[in-house]
Amino acid sequence: MKLKDAFFPWFGLDIGGTLVKLVYFEPKDITAEEEEEEVESLKSIRKYLTSNVAYGSTGIRDVHLELKDLTLCGRKGNLHFIRFPTHDMPAFIQMGRDKNFSSLHTVFCATGGGAYKFEQDFLTIGDLQLCKLDELDCLIKGILYIDSVGFNGRSQCYYFENPADCEKCQKLPFDLKNPYPLLLVNIGSGVSILAVYSKDNYKRVTGTSLGGGTFFGLCCLLTGCTTFEEALEMASRGDSTKVDKLVRDIYGGDYERFGLPGWAVASSFGNMMSKEKREAVSKEDLARATLITITNNIGSIARMCALNENINQVVFVGNFLRINTIAMRLLAYALDYWSKGQLKALFSEHEVSGVISCDMLTFIKGMLFTLC
Amino acid sequence: MAECGASGSGSSGDSLDKSITLPPDEIFRNLENAKRFAIDIGGSLTKLAYYSTVQHKVAKVRSFDHSGKDTEQDHEPPYEISVQEEVTARLHFVKFENTYIEACLDFIKDHLVNTETKVIQATGGGAYKFKDLIEEKLQLKVDKEDVMTCLIKGCNFVLKNIPHEAFVYQKDSDPEFRFQTNHPNIFPYLLVNIGSGVSIVKVETEDRFEWIGGSSIGGGTFWGLGALLTKTKKFDELLQLASRGQHTNVDMLVQDIYGGAHETLGLSGNLIASSFGKSATADQEFSKEDMAKSLLHMISNDIGQLACLYARLHCLDRVYFGGFFIRGHPVTMRTITYSINFFSKGEVQALFLRHEGYLGAIGAFLKGAEQDNPNQYSWGENYAGSSGLMSSSPELCPTQRARSGTFDLLEMDRLERPLVNLPLLLDPSSYVPDTVDLTDDALARKYWLTCFEEALDGVVKRAVASQPGSVDAAERAEKFRQKYWNKLQTLRHQPFAYGTLTVRSLLDTREHCLNEFNFPDPYSKVKQKDNGVALKCFQRVVSALDALDWEERQLALVKGLLAGNVFDWGAKAVSDVLESDPQFGFEEAKKKLQERPWLVDSYGKWLQRLKGPPHKCALIFADNSGVDVILGVFPFVRELLSRGTEVILACNSGPALNDVTYSESLIVAERIAAMDPVIHSALREERLLLVQTGSSSPCLDLSRLDKGLAVLVRERGADLVVIEGMGRAVHTNYHAALCCESLKLAVIKNSWLAERLGGQLFSVIFKYEVPAE
Repeated sequence: MKLKDAFFPWFGLDIGGTLVKLVYFEPKDITAEEEEEEVESLKSIRKYLTSNVAYGSTGIRDVHLELKDLTLCGRKGNLHFIRFPTHDMPAFIQMGRDKNFSSLHTVFCATGGGAYKFEQDFLTIGDLQLCKLDELDCLIKGILYIDSVGFNGRSQCYYFENPADCEKCQKLPFDLKNPYPLLLVNIGSGVSILAVYSKDNYKRVTGTSLGGGTFFGLCCLLTGCTTFEEALEMASRGDSTKVDKLVRDIYGGDYERFGLPGWAVASSFGNMMSKEKREAVSKEDLARATLITITNNIGSIARMCALNENINQVVFVGNFLRINTIAMRLLAYALDYWSKGQLKALFSEHEVSGVISCDMLTFIKGMLFTLC
Repeated sequence: MAECGASGSGSSGDSLDKSITLPPDEIFRNLENAKRFAIDIGGSLTKLAYYSTVQHKVAKVRSFDHSGKDTEQDHEPPYEISVQEEVTARLHFVKFENTYIEACLDFIKDHLVNTETKVIQATGGGAYKFKDLIEEKLQLKVDKEDVMTCLIKGCNFVLKNIPHEAFVYQKDSDPEFRFQTNHPNIFPYLLVNIGSGVSIVKVETEDRFEWIGGSSIGGGTFWGLGALLTKTKKFDELLQLASRGQHTNVDMLVQDIYGGAHETLGLSGNLIASSFGKSATADQEFSKEDMAKSLLHMISNDIGQLACLYARLHCLDRVYFGGFFIRGHPVTMRTITYSINFFSKGEVQALFLRHEGYLGAIGAFLKGAEQDNPNQYSWGENYAGSSGLMSSSPELCPTQRARSGTFDLLEMDRLERPLVNLPLLLDPSSYVPDTVDLTDDALARKYWLTCFEEALDGVVKRAVASQPGSVDAAERAEKFRQKYWNKLQTLRHQPFAYGTLTVRSLLDTREHCLNEFNFPDPYSKVKQKDNGVALKCFQRVVSALDALDWEERQLALVKGLLAGNVFDWGAKAVSDVLESDPQFGFEEAKKKLQERPWLVDSYGKWLQRLKGPPHKCALIFADNSGVDVILGVFPFVRELLSRGTEVILACNSGPALNDVTYSESLIVAERIAAMDPVIHSALREERLLLVQTGSSSPCLDLSRLDKGLAVLVRERGADLVVIEGMGRAVHTNYHAALCCESLKLAVIKNSWLAERLGGQLFSVIFKYEVPAE
């Protein structure tokens, strides 16, 4: 089935471990004839999605990410980005049943692990057949696609100059004109690392379970926070050096024998071995340390993969980086420092400007590729 | 193994317990002769190293002065034996809880008598903290050494000097510990030290190493984060929590994301997709155990992954893990091993070290002792003076007291001469001396442990009898019995305690224990008598052989070798006969031998070979003294010499059972030379050379032989190796592959073993092997 032949509404779902990302293509070139034929339920869906920015208690539309006047398979329209927690999936499916989605004969494109996990529920409860797309395919194609269309007229890829310096740190556009080879680090609940050699030639190099889910999960346990935003907000106010043991805490300065700078973290949470120090830290400090720990580790694994694969541009994407400038700057700095300037950390505008993940963008392209 | 009287306050070492009394002679042994101290103070354990000289009684043999005498008296023994004091060097390492540091320092101060030592090398995180205390107590200047340099020096030292130092850990297999044979070239390797953080060091040579990376997620993260999450303060307790937990309650697994579909997708549903991922989405309480387990997995997996990435980047496949996170903890060895296997897909092996906890102390000691050139010597682990692996682990040895209060010891003897590989080994890196791994073979283990237990009475009796003039012989022998008995019991429960358990290690442990209580050579008098009797028969045996035609003689020589080998006090069946019937003769022995075809019989092939050109040079490892060496080996040597083959006769450097020692062999050869012109001229012309093996074991490890022997073997171009006796050719080296012809012969003097090999008591092994072209 081709998308252009498919009936509206055009939906796409990326069902991750923590978050569901929904994209909705709102056609803006509907002819009078079409409008007349459009059934009531379709109209109401379009209206419901485009006129609200929040759905239920947990669904959120990221208005500022909206891609306007996009041409998709010959149709012009706007692309909307909506997210909600994965644990609300059953409610979403129930809504699809209540709104009688199945009568619209549309195609539900879905990717992510949840596309498999919830496939049966979509079918039995919602009478909906999912069109499952490979997650990694979607990711790669999405990145390349978004880079080619740009972000509402601006460049999509960015890097940081002077990431460690609050004053001088600058976000600068990066033209990914020679995208290959590139290492793609997708930080969702966990982390996947892909080496991309061409549009169709890529491999999953490795992954780590220490990802966004770990940051948020540990923050919940350590600070009692309840949202990712809250965790990041606390982290922004904390001081991780009270929690972590630095090289200088052990050696009094740099460890010259090994060329280790005094500011480097020698042991994450290392100070917490001591009772006194445990009593002296704030929740904010703990949140910050958790963020630094997870981010540094991802940077370190990414750097090793880049070296092993002989790739020097590393693109970091994923939900973890949403409104997470601290992590992005740290990744940029760590990659640059430990590789002595050999590696460049690149980010996608969608994370830089906040809110939603690239997964979603990826997915649009996945949709195009598979269906057009 | 030894413990002190009071229990400690735990591993955090907050308070110093002064009330303990240390059993002096057990823990800090030989302090009165100690010099060169080094100390490694970690977060919870202190490791003290010192060097001492040990006075040993040794049995020396010396030829009588025969000048002026033409004939000797019949009643006279062939040589005289005297017991002398000998001084050997020993390294002592003692590991104890930081809690006891003050008490230990006091004890050392009180017992340190004759030391000219002025400084103490110190390393480890606690070196700074305790600097003043050490300087005040011991009146020694503390010299701080770099932690990592010490660690690597120590690591090189144990890898070079201690067989079976490294092992692989497999939790659910039996045995859990799989010891590695020491690679002839230990470099290059990767050392991953997991202390509070992780350091990854590439070691290329003795002096060259490079920090190639690290990670801040290490033992401190487990401890610190674990303490925050579970309110549990101690590291050991956190590990115990973790071993009881279910990480799947906290971690988001692949199956949590994919549902049941992971199977059809070929994904492993149990893989962790996001550590602590469930604690982010669910509004619930999590158990301490589950969180600790999740944390353990998170950290172990992460370290394993990074280690694999570094190993791959530097093309290394040997990765040793150490640091307090690993030390003695089956839980962490298991998770690290899992992680390494997973991330390297089996290409990299996670290796652990038996003496990992001592590396820093060993290294610091070596730094301080550089002027003594300790690296020029070979060292041997003393089984009598060392605690076994896991001696202090409550997890593996629940009957023992909790960790705190337990002292762990390692002693290493300096060997008089450096040991190297036999140059004739086909592949030194894959050579395994021992035929049966008793850690692997439970049935054999039970048999041999029982066998050694049952033989203990006889050994004690013989030890006492060997020193009739000594007033305390009975007392010392009793101590020996207790010590060896305890070792055997430890090995019953922890066969892995000293590396791979083998018949050889059981024999060696017994020798070490005997030496410990000053029974250096219980068989010296027996050997003296046997040699005397056999020497008298030599000429008769040789003339009888010479009277035979060539083909008959070859068989008779081989039979003589085998018959001689029946005389072995080490084998129970034989020692029983010898004890009751000392007249048991050479001819009698021949009758006992199995008729051809033997159990393993390649005599035909050997005979064919003898019809061909002579060998250039034969290396012969002799076994027992008396009939064996004199009436079995020497006639055989004589025949080889007559064929134009040079012979290197290798005997043990030190005594073991009734095995002929190098110094005894010199006298025996001299006596035979006086009777026999063939031997006489061969000795004079250096076509027959007597060398020492460097060993004092009834078995034979071809990877640890005297360097002089190896040099000679190379110089003379040895092309035949003859290994004789059960200990050397059956318990060890039965499967040894050499790059030249070899002859392994033995008489099976143990009915259990004979049965196992499909034969009967006194079955004959005659294994002639020619390497494939």
